[in-house]
Amino acid sequence: MAKLILLWLKCVVLWATVEAVFEDQVGKFDWRQQYVGKVRFSHFDTHVQSSKKVLVATERNVFAALNTRTGELFWRHVDKTGSEGNIDALLQHGQDAVLVVGNGRLLRSWEINVGGLNWEVVLDSGSFQSACLVGQQDMVKHVAVLKKTAISVHYLSNGHQKWIENLPETETVDYQAVYSDGNGEVYVLGVVPHSHITIVVYSMEDGEIIKQMSVEAPWLSNIQASCVVVGQGMLTCVDSAGVSFYMLDLHLQLQMTQVPLQSLALEVDPGFHPVLLSHQPNLARQPLSEFFLQLGPDHYQLLQLNNGQIAAMRDFKPALLVSFATTGEKTVAAVMSPKNKTACSVNLFSAETGRRLLDTTLIVNMDPNGGKPEKLYVQAFLKKDDSVGYRAMVQTEDHTLTFIQQPGRVMWTREEALSDVVTMEMVDLPLTGTQAELEGEFGKKADGLMSMVMKRLSSQLILLQAWIGHLWKLFYDARKPRSQVKNDVTIENLSRDEFNLQKMMVMVTASGKLFGIDSKTGGILWRHYLDNVPPNAAFKLMVQRTTAHFPHPPQCTLLIKDKDTGLATLHVFNPIFGKKSHVTPPALPQPILQSLMLPLMDQDYAKVLLLVDDQYKVSAFPSTKNVLQQLQEMAASIFFYLVDSSQGRLSGFRLRTDLSTEQIWEVIIPPEVQKIVSVKGKRPNEHVHSQGRVMGDRSVLYKYLNPNLLAVVTESTDLHQERSFIGILLIDGVTGRIIHEAVQRKARGPVHVVHSENWVVYEYWSTKSRRNEFSVIELYEGMELYNSTVFSSLDRPHAPQVLQQSYIFPSSISTMEATLTEKGITSRHLLIGLPSGGILSLPKMFLDPRRPEIVSEQSREENLIPYAPELLIRTEWFINYNQTVSRVRGIYTAPSGLESTCLVVAYGLDIYQTRVYPSKQFDVLKDDYDYMLISSVLFALFFATMISKRLAEVKLLNRAWR
Amino acid sequence: MISISMCERLTANTGFHFSSQVGDNLETEFSGFSVPLEHSFEVDDVAKFRVRGALVLKAGREPSVSLSQNQLSEDDRTKLKEVAAVDGLYRIRVPRVFLQADRQTERQMEGYLTAFVRACAMVESHLSDVISLHTDVSGYLIGVSIVTLPGACRGTEVEDEVDLEVFNTTLSIMAPVNAPGPETALFLERMEQESEKKGKNPQEQKSFFAKYWMYIVPLVLFLMMSGAQDQSGGGAGSGAANGGGR
Repeated sequence: MAKLILLWLKCVVLWATVEAVFEDQVGKFDWRQQYVGKVRFSHFDTHVQSSKKVLVATERNVFAALNTRTGELFWRHVDKTGSEGNIDALLQHGQDAVLVVGNGRLLRSWEINVGGLNWEVVLDSGSFQSACLVGQQDMVKHVAVLKKTAISVHYLSNGHQKWIENLPETETVDYQAVYSDGNGEVYVLGVVPHSHITIVVYSMEDGEIIKQMSVEAPWLSNIQASCVVVGQGMLTCVDSAGVSFYMLDLHLQLQMTQVPLQSLALEVDPGFHPVLLSHQPNLARQPLSEFFLQLGPDHYQLLQLNNGQIAAMRDFKPALLVSFATTGEKTVAAVMSPKNKTACSVNLFSAETGRRLLDTTLIVNMDPNGGKPEKLYVQAFLKKDDSVGYRAMVQTEDHTLTFIQQPGRVMWTREEALSDVVTMEMVDLPLTGTQAELEGEFGKKADGLMSMVMKRLSSQLILLQAWIGHLWKLFYDARKPRSQVKNDVTIENLSRDEFNLQKMMVMVTASGKLFGIDSKTGGILWRHYLDNVPPNAAFKLMVQRTTAHFPHPPQCTLLIKDKDTGLATLHVFNPIFGKKSHVTPPALPQPILQSLMLPLMDQDYAKVLLLVDDQYKVSAFPSTKNVLQQLQEMAASIFFYLVDSSQGRLSGFRLRTDLSTEQIWEVIIPPEVQKIVSVKGKRPNEHVHSQGRVMGDRSVLYKYLNPNLLAVVTESTDLHQERSFIGILLIDGVTGRIIHEAVQRKARGPVHVVHSENWVVYEYWSTKSRRNEFSVIELYEGMELYNSTVFSSLDRPHAPQVLQQSYIFPSSISTMEATLTEKGITSRHLLIGLPSGGILSLPKMFLDPRRPEIVSEQSREENLIPYAPELLIRTEWFINYNQTVSRVRGIYTAPSGLESTCLVVAYGLDIYQTRVYPSKQFDVLKDDYDYMLISSVLFALFFATMISKRLAEVKLLNRAWR
Repeated sequence: MISISMCERLTANTGFHFSSQVGDNLETEFSGFSVPLEHSFEVDDVAKFRVRGALVLKAGREPSVSLSQNQLSEDDRTKLKEVAAVDGLYRIRVPRVFLQADRQTERQMEGYLTAFVRACAMVESHLSDVISLHTDVSGYLIGVSIVTLPGACRGTEVEDEVDLEVFNTTLSIMAPVNAPGPETALFLERMEQESEKKGKNPQEQKSFFAKYWMYIVPLVLFLMMSGAQDQSGGGAGSGAANGGGR
């Protein structure tokens, strides 16, 4: 048996192309960028003075340490997505960072130097409320976790539970906060909204309730939103209307004292909910008695609590953000205030006195294409002369982290928006100035013979000059060692390379920030933040004009649609420079149902975008007279379809000459039985080189290449493992004809589908065998073609032959895409993103329903691999070797100028770019190609022929003399 | 070739054909029920559906369908020709039905399923059309499709009015095909057969040298004779032979 498998493996090895990366090719054609996501909690590592770490816990469930000098990752831990891996709290003490994960499910401690896990404990169930470190006699040894109904205290050293106590009166009291100031007691604060505060004091030793007490507070609904503990255990609250302070001494707990804000000459902006901000520099001791009160969106007040009396210290207006920072014994307050339109300044103030510290101004330049600052984290340190120096990390609305040193030098920026890329396109780079000059010559009108000759000569001269310059550069670079040769790509010297391998990656992120990234180096060339994007928007990016139409600039259009209302806006921009186009997009007052790019172009070579609104009216963009005229002529052949998955309705429409539409077909899949989960068409820029497949007997099996074919995938509503199924419908998008209808029984989603050429590949979970399976459907017209010149959906009366085969796949998958090349000659591979972070390049050859079960002479002739039910994952098929791509969400493929080469970008939490060669580099000479040998052989042969010719002549002459 | 025949086998298992010519399906079964098949062809392309015939559907494990339809009237014929002249559409529709329901009230559902062909194709094919009704797994009708044979519009004039009188309809009802799962059983069987064959045939078990000694020994001898002093030449030779064997 084993031998047979070996034999079979050998067979596989023979057929498959080997395409692993050599060691010296690592990083040559590929790059990876790792991200963490939008920061939720951040702490600077302060336990060592010279530490270079900042810890971040993010909304994408990532916990990481960043290098403050470079912005690179020291280490990163990626948890499960969704609420299961949600980081609820981050507490730091010395070398340990304690995390509460998954709504209080897990408590973990990490060693922050190397990022190793110290311990992990599973907490009792219950919804998480709050957590804090508990100190005793200047030592922090415990962590307290407050849940809805219980409080537990754990040892910081090993995570063992010291004690757990149920909270009293949990039916009525909503416990929200836990506080400790190092005196051996833990205070749990609960609230009965609009009635009273409940305070339960536990003994640190054994969890016994020392005191329990309630205080009237009819104005309070949420402790965490409106209260902080200040100074010597003084609970200080501000009511939401912003009328008064309320103070309660947690040790005495007599009654709340009310201090009207007016008595301190403070006034809250109308409609603003005031916020308090306090600071506890040492967790084993009491918090500072100074605190901030935010009175308005840009108005802060520094206050001090002194012997139970609140005193105003300093007023900050305008101030965008404030933050406390401690170094040694000194605590400072950093205040960010706007300077002018493009810059903000940060200043330090002594917390004790409120005085401004000298020479602590730091200028933060704001990117005009970025968002407003949102959070300020300050790392303070003592200088040699005992004065306080600091660095600031600013987080902006567009999820950018900027780390700034005095007096305003940006040390690094991280574009964390790129951790959530939604969609992307690759755009060809423009030609160089000289190339464009040459192109421009043909575009202009002829004006006289002489001037044309002169123009031609001059452009040839320019070309010659550029060529010599290029040669000189080559020669110059060749003398330098390889590592020193660096061509920095900037937006000015962007130009297309010989084989169009370098492109501009236009990436759209969920936060509404657009990026232009150079595909060769991964450098961000432009960024643009759209600040009016709704939080649940759907994006569709379309290239309306490529760079091929000089002097017209390339043009991309981003359709941003609010998922709730259906209302959409268009953002038109230049994909090379990221600048907003001067073309004004049409206003779209109606919800948009569908958008489609037509192959039609207006006189400026911009493709026409059709938008269908909920009244089934069509509007075109651009909508010039020329376009409208073309649309009228073409109207009868413009069809589109709409999918309403809630009602299971697929309907087809035809355009009328007056730009209204009419419904022409309708298919309704009852949503009670199955629901439509995905509809996939083919990619419009896909080329198919061969019309058919040559069979073993030299006849041709023609492919059914319907460009309008849609693959509709449904999942059953019944999820019982015996009755659940997956439906695959192949529908012609023009006529609504159901070409093929199949069900995969005892199967469940999520289904991943790739639809290309004449095949559909889908992956599902088999509930019967409990494994992942792949299935491939191929469509063939048969041995003869119905109409070989042109394909029309309206005139294909015969249904295609459908072949299908399934395979077992040993892993679940995250996403799937097919490679794409310029002319479609190269064989196809499937690129499969695995949850493990690998990207597998699986030859389509293995997913071929014509793989025979019994090998015959003909199938051998056809190079068909004998059928084997299992698809193996071979390690050399991983195109990203050890460059793991976390949480792959999508794979984008684009053709390059070389037929053999396909550009691949995988995006998710990380971004990985590489090239793949599905049929090896058949059109490229190898790197180690021996030019010397081949030319010397050529020369030798040439001379040998010359000499032998001469010798032959001499010989002939001699013979003639004889 | 094998897989094609396999697929044909599959479709034969699940596609249930009931072709009918007009006039020969008067024998409607008792368990069957009928729904109207409507059509519309208008010069201004605004759909006005009229009854074309009646579909008699028979539910059950293997649903079947038959159709009785009227001839086209004189007016309709001229209208169809006019519509064809302006490249209008010929549409059909059937109501949504649930085949597996027992009572009539449960069978009918709201809404229609529609499909179309170009009217000129209808005219030029002399009303020869192929209509398929598609059901889903549980017996709901989900779609209808119509094609004409031949399907193209070549602009040929239909002179004879008689050609446009009678529909020549091929009708079928299609349930979804069961997609195949991985064929593990067959594969294992084949593996076992092969291993058995191996076991029976001891010739296969022989090692490389045992099989090809008659070629290797003379080669080695030859190399030794031809002046090479040591065995290295022979070794290289057998190495090459090895490489060639792969």
